[in-house]
Amino acid sequence: MKTLPAARRGQAKQRNGELNRGLLLRLELPSDPGLLCAVRGAVERLTESFGFSAEECRAVTRAVDEALTNIIRHAYSGRPDRPIELFFRAVEGQTDQNASGGLEILLCDRGPAIKPDQMCMRALEEVKPGGLGLHFIQQSMDVVEYKRANGTNRLRLVKYVHAPKQGVNS
Amino acid sequence: MQISSRELDKTTIFDLTGDIDLANSPAVRKAVLREMRDKRTPRVVMNMSKVRYIDSSGVASLVEGLKASRDVGSRFILFGLSTSAREVLQLSRLLRIFEVYDNEEQALAG
Repeated sequence: MKTLPAARRGQAKQRNGELNRGLLLRLELPSDPGLLCAVRGAVERLTESFGFSAEECRAVTRAVDEALTNIIRHAYSGRPDRPIELFFRAVEGQTDQNASGGLEILLCDRGPAIKPDQMCMRALEEVKPGGLGLHFIQQSMDVVEYKRANGTNRLRLVKYVHAPKQGVNS
Repeated sequence: MQISSRELDKTTIFDLTGDIDLANSPAVRKAVLREMRDKRTPRVVMNMSKVRYIDSSGVASLVEGLKASRDVGSRFILFGLSTSAREVLQLSRLLRIFEVYDNEEQALAG
């Protein structure tokens, strides 16, 4: 059995500590498309219990599903046995509009680093199949950030709980 | 997800049940393209009333069906879209591109 040097053990511990802070749910799964429906089910239940509206629940579920699809197709080229981790955390709101906070989802895979041009969205004016997943993610979430860290692709998605809009006279 | 088909007077109706995602959208694509390109069916109708969820790969399969119908001069029709399916077609600005009806009766009469 291999053991990590003390310094690397410390880094790994710190990284795990960061990933686990405020954790609501953690999922670890292979890159098998047959498991997408199970993840959608879990995300639907979590977002419902989190207090999102039905429309927001569908948006978050769609974004996570599309992000996983991109990982399976592009990071792992369709291989069904590669590791994917998802971390779901509650985060504070940043403005008065989302004072009640939000849900952060971090998706991690160990595929090759994503090139900047792979994160570019195509124009929707052209009617053609493909290239819609990133649009769905961007349109469904308030924050979409990608970074490469420690040999891992990390896609961070945040959806804030938006207070229902009130009428002029209310 | 399950796909079954019915034939009615120069029309094939695909009854889809379940979610359409990366795991099964290739089967939808294959069935639709076979109907269009190989069988040259004049009208292909997709019954989406039991499809609760469709992802971008499923939408891409529908777009391929639409393009194939234009290539061979047939009609490609959707009916019974769920709220979720309607949302993704709106997000992708494709809702106005497809011929969409509320139910089977309207789809066959259209």
